[in-house]
Amino acid sequence: MREFGYARPTDIAEAVALTYADAHARYLGGGTNLVDLMKLGVETPSLLVDVTGLPLGQVEETAGSSLRIGALARNSDIAVDPFVRGRFPLLSEALLSGASGQLRNVATAGGNLLQRTRCAYFTDVSKPCNKREPGAGCAALDGEHHNHAILGASEHCIATHPSDFAVALAALDARLEVQSEEGLREMALTDFYLPVGDSPHEEVALEHGELITAILVPAVPAAARSRYRKVRERASYAFAICSVAVVVTVVDDAIHDVRIALGAMASRPWRARRAEAALAGSTPSAGSFAAAAELELEQASPLRDNAYKVPLVRELVVDSLCELTGVSR
Amino acid sequence: MAAHLVASTISLRVNGQTRSLTLDHRTTLLDALREHLDLTGSKKGCDHGQCGACTVLVEGRRANACLLLAVAQQGREITTIEGLASDGELHPVQQAFIDHDGLQCGYCTPGQICSAVAVLDEAARGWPSAVAADVADTDVRLDAAEIRERMSGNLCRCGAYVNIVAAVSEAAGGRA
Repeated sequence: MREFGYARPTDIAEAVALTYADAHARYLGGGTNLVDLMKLGVETPSLLVDVTGLPLGQVEETAGSSLRIGALARNSDIAVDPFVRGRFPLLSEALLSGASGQLRNVATAGGNLLQRTRCAYFTDVSKPCNKREPGAGCAALDGEHHNHAILGASEHCIATHPSDFAVALAALDARLEVQSEEGLREMALTDFYLPVGDSPHEEVALEHGELITAILVPAVPAAARSRYRKVRERASYAFAICSVAVVVTVVDDAIHDVRIALGAMASRPWRARRAEAALAGSTPSAGSFAAAAELELEQASPLRDNAYKVPLVRELVVDSLCELTGVSR
Repeated sequence: MAAHLVASTISLRVNGQTRSLTLDHRTTLLDALREHLDLTGSKKGCDHGQCGACTVLVEGRRANACLLLAVAQQGREITTIEGLASDGELHPVQQAFIDHDGLQCGYCTPGQICSAVAVLDEAARGWPSAVAADVADTDVRLDAAEIRERMSGNLCRCGAYVNIVAAVSEAAGGRA
């Protein structure tokens, strides 16, 4: 690991100023991903600006039964919050399905969103990776890629985003509050993650020094039902090979509102907007759910060893929608 | 680029004692405990947060000491396996691991025990786990499925899981 400086400001403006002043500074939250990447030589910051002393740890109900999650709230504290468990259970489900009790106690909300891919070639500095070193090439294309992307990938990068939490937040139309030197701004979580294209090293819509301060989750209709489901290669403590977050409201036997986000399928949480559009206003049935999932997956580009994800995610979408709408398969 | 200091002096409360240390910023809490404070009970397994052998309690909450930078723990209360027994009496979780043979080689055991101590506390506070039928349910019963899920961050390469579950179950007040 390279040597680095350390600062622990207690004021947001000071933290932002410190980071703007050094192009190689990084914010340190829980550090469960960043410290690991520093050990691996993937990250080599000159300065860590520890933000855990900033007053951004609250999880609170806001006007109209909406939710505000401070960027420094720990994953455990969000998952066990009574308001989250009662009104946004898929957020608890997603968080509890991720990592371990030890890691959830430390990892922060903002850090969860900013965590990097676990692609084995990204974390191995002896291998070519366009995300780590633009122009170097992608070792995963012809390598070990059974858990890589089938949606939205490019010839430059096929890595997936590892967060469960972000997938549930995408289905909830969450927004991010970001502090820059100029002031606060807001953006949709789905705009925060950038498409891969030919610049896989540019992952999120943040300038250097901008700090996520909060995640804003709009209220879910009282009649809505929701769920986060995750498939992995062992029963616990593993990243998803496929996950689905669904929020659906049925009124008078018709789908009034449906939001579907897919995890482990793309470089970012994948909102299945084609499937959602196909289902809007329809009568819930296993057949219509399957047709909607197929429509979404027409865009899929499976690779040599990850084509299994196409039927896996289709079945998980259909099963989740059937469960939530009370339709039998 | 500004030049930054690369070491700092910090103090930690470790097993009830205040310890002052001057450390390179790269020092993890695990290395501070093992190499600077001679507390070698916490083990280095993977050193990447994947095995749980380094589990300690920070302010009473379990964490992987290998992924925490010591400098970022300034002033915090750290409890290691060496700090669980009191007045010569083993902690009930330690005793349960002995009674149920919850180990073979023993390398993962300090982390398993620190993790289990926290699991009992989390359950008592009504924290749900991923195997809960309803995450809003605050009445947590530590059956085998719950224990296995909650302890999944602690790997045992000997495979002593059956007896580990029995030990945690007894410490939780359940039938062994």
